[in-house]
Amino acid sequence: MLSTALFIAFTLVCGALLLSLWRLLLGPDHPDRILALDTLYVNTIALLVLLGILLGSALYFEAALLIAMMGFVGTVALCKYLLRGDIIE
Amino acid sequence: MENLTALVATQTEHLLEIAVSALIVIGAAFTFIGSLGLARLGDFYTRLHGPTKATTLGVGALLIASVIYFSTRGEGPSLHEVLVTVFLFITAPVSAHLLAKAALHLRVRSIAPPPLAVEGADAGQLRADVPRTNSAGRTESS
Repeated sequence: MLSTALFIAFTLVCGALLLSLWRLLLGPDHPDRILALDTLYVNTIALLVLLGILLGSALYFEAALLIAMMGFVGTVALCKYLLRGDIIE
Repeated sequence: MENLTALVATQTEHLLEIAVSALIVIGAAFTFIGSLGLARLGDFYTRLHGPTKATTLGVGALLIASVIYFSTRGEGPSLHEVLVTVFLFITAPVSAHLLAKAALHLRVRSIAPPPLAVEGADAGQLRADVPRTNSAGRTESS
């Protein structure tokens, strides 16, 4: 049962990654692309958690935590650049 | 008595597997729905709504499933998933707020009709192409 659930979940999360990638390529504005990147980060965290459950290894949570932190910093830096024209003033 | 204990252990294991499977499918479904909203909705301000569901409900349910799965493997409670959850729940509103601010700053197109000319200087500055009205509702001549 768990393997079936994991198969369904991997399919759904990979579909979510493809939809976010579509929005990232399509745009049409800069905030849309930043939002798509942020969503890609969140989907990647979900994929890593699923991989950790599938392989039975707790090693992937450090990677998920790192992606969460780097994704947040990247989103904030890009928004700051759009808002102010500069990142560190 | 030993048979009863073994039966209870098997039943508990079965129930936990059902719970983990259900949480995994629910979380993945919410993640997919969030990205579907991002891809399909009409303008940026409505698109901002979709991925927040993916962040809170989707990844939240997946991490709860992970906590249950790793806590019941006989190696004691596993709590470092909570770190990811707490971090995501703190940062998601901040990044959404900053994205909305950036979009408003860049005046990204919205499918909502533009607001009617409201009294006050702020409204006049926001919509320079709409004629200002005074308090009586008449259009100012200058």
